[in-house]
Amino acid sequence: MEFKQTRQGYVDGLLSLAADFPELVVLDADVAKATKTADFQKHHPDRFFNCGVQEQNLLCVAAGLALEGFLPFASTFGVFATCRAGDQLRNAIAYPKLNVKIGATHCGITTGGDGASHQCNEDIAITRSFPNMTILVPGDYEEAKQATIAAANYTGPVYLRFGRDAYPVVPEIHGRFEIGRAKQLRSGGDVTIITTGILVSEGLEAARLLKAEGISAGVLHLPTVKPLDEQAIATAASATGGIVTVEEHSVIGGLGEAVAGVVAARCPCPVYRVGVQDVFGESGTASELLDKYGLRASDIIQAVYRVCALKQKD
Amino acid sequence: MEIEETLIDTLQRKSAQLKREIVEMVYRANSGHVGGSLGASDIVTALYYHLMNHRPHNPAWPDRDRFILSKGHCTPVLYAALADCGYFPKEDLETFRKVGSHLQGHPYQPKTPGVEVSTGTLGLGISTAVGMALAAKLRNEKQYYYVLCGDGEIQEGQVWEAAMFANKYKLDNLITFVDRNYLQTDGYSEDVMPLDPLIPKWEAFGWTVTEIDGHDLKQIIGTVEQAKKEQGRPHVIVANTVKGKGVSFMENEAAWHGNPPGKTDYLKAMEELTHGI
Repeated sequence: MEFKQTRQGYVDGLLSLAADFPELVVLDADVAKATKTADFQKHHPDRFFNCGVQEQNLLCVAAGLALEGFLPFASTFGVFATCRAGDQLRNAIAYPKLNVKIGATHCGITTGGDGASHQCNEDIAITRSFPNMTILVPGDYEEAKQATIAAANYTGPVYLRFGRDAYPVVPEIHGRFEIGRAKQLRSGGDVTIITTGILVSEGLEAARLLKAEGISAGVLHLPTVKPLDEQAIATAASATGGIVTVEEHSVIGGLGEAVAGVVAARCPCPVYRVGVQDVFGESGTASELLDKYGLRASDIIQAVYRVCALKQKD
Repeated sequence: MEIEETLIDTLQRKSAQLKREIVEMVYRANSGHVGGSLGASDIVTALYYHLMNHRPHNPAWPDRDRFILSKGHCTPVLYAALADCGYFPKEDLETFRKVGSHLQGHPYQPKTPGVEVSTGTLGLGISTAVGMALAAKLRNEKQYYYVLCGDGEIQEGQVWEAAMFANKYKLDNLITFVDRNYLQTDGYSEDVMPLDPLIPKWEAFGWTVTEIDGHDLKQIIGTVEQAKKEQGRPHVIVANTVKGKGVSFMENEAAWHGNPPGKTDYLKAMEELTHGI
């Protein structure tokens, strides 16, 4: 299996956009080597602005550039973009609906060794609650690149979520990328596994293993968490009558709750949420943390069993 | 440059008119920030009626000078000036802070013609303005960016982030007023969170600094004209002002930061603003 970084997909996407979007500029806050925007700086030094360790100013400078017609991509770690600079994201960008793109890297528990202070498992919850926001959570390098390109072609604020680690390349998700459109990766009759972000590979693995046990699990991938593809979710719920959501994010406020809201309103059935439970993480390798915090195919399978058991009660 | 007395006289009368509209607006809405708006009236008047190049009937004119009200709670003075200049009908002022109005309690750029930046949480305006001023530099445009910060506002760390950034990118097209009235919501600024010595703070951040009487229109105009001649550095004008200026019982009173006047106070204020204190 091939492994690549989603943050590299981000900057490769930016580089591919540079010629067609002369107004595109990239900003960073002293983490350009980590976010990979240093690659953009190398090729386009006159279109790159380092704000230093000033995440709040970073987002407002981006807002100012957008007001004057530029297409700014403001890059920093997810925890800084949404928690440190949450007010700026809300009031300077989301509220006036400015054409600012936030390239947030080091999201989720796989940020690893830096520990809980840097592992942002709350950013989807925060950004989802802001009106006007579009939230893209790509599943691998290629989809990260696609999402970046889609964000540039969309007018309005977009939060792009990337990780730190190298993640499995998942050819199944490499079809056409459209903001707000889910990707049906696998059909199944017993349950639907709904994924976002890099855990799509675990979701697909779980479905393969379940098939060997005689359980037919569909896999629906949502690289856009907002706006949500409600129709795809409702169709999946009505087809299988049971949902397991999978995200490298807190179970509070993320994909799982968004999906549960749609299912409850349109086609009520059991929904079980796989994600980081209501806890902070800790230091460790990405792989160790995925094991310890219950984000593996084996955990998804356990969730599927629970959903199937609930279905039988009815 | 000689500044004509007739110009100053005209501006003074205009400022007095804006002050009456400020009191009227806040009284009618029974909500809003009257003290800081009155204190900033002379600065706003100098900008909109003399210093700034702008076209009220074409708010998106690319070459216009921009004004960013970073102390966003002082919408009454901004809206009074915008309406009087012709950005929108004067009757709209009657809808200030009312449901369905484009005149929100704090400035909202997408809705109100002439409002450049949505502000309200403090520090956002100047920080957004440095991004705008950078944009102008990148395109070699010649317009100026005027920012009005409250003195309480600059207790926000983000203001100093923006100050560093403006110095790094040599944003000499940025002229920031600090409305130094020594009063903020909870009282005297030097008790709440001391700002003095303020001049050396800005100097240390690489800005040109001038301290003026923020009610002396001649000084306001002369200082801005001087700042425009100094290249390579952003400019701050520390304008000593009186919160509540022009209404005797509101002057230098923190209580008039965010409280609307009742009928008696309103009538008394209008009387003073019409005939002088």
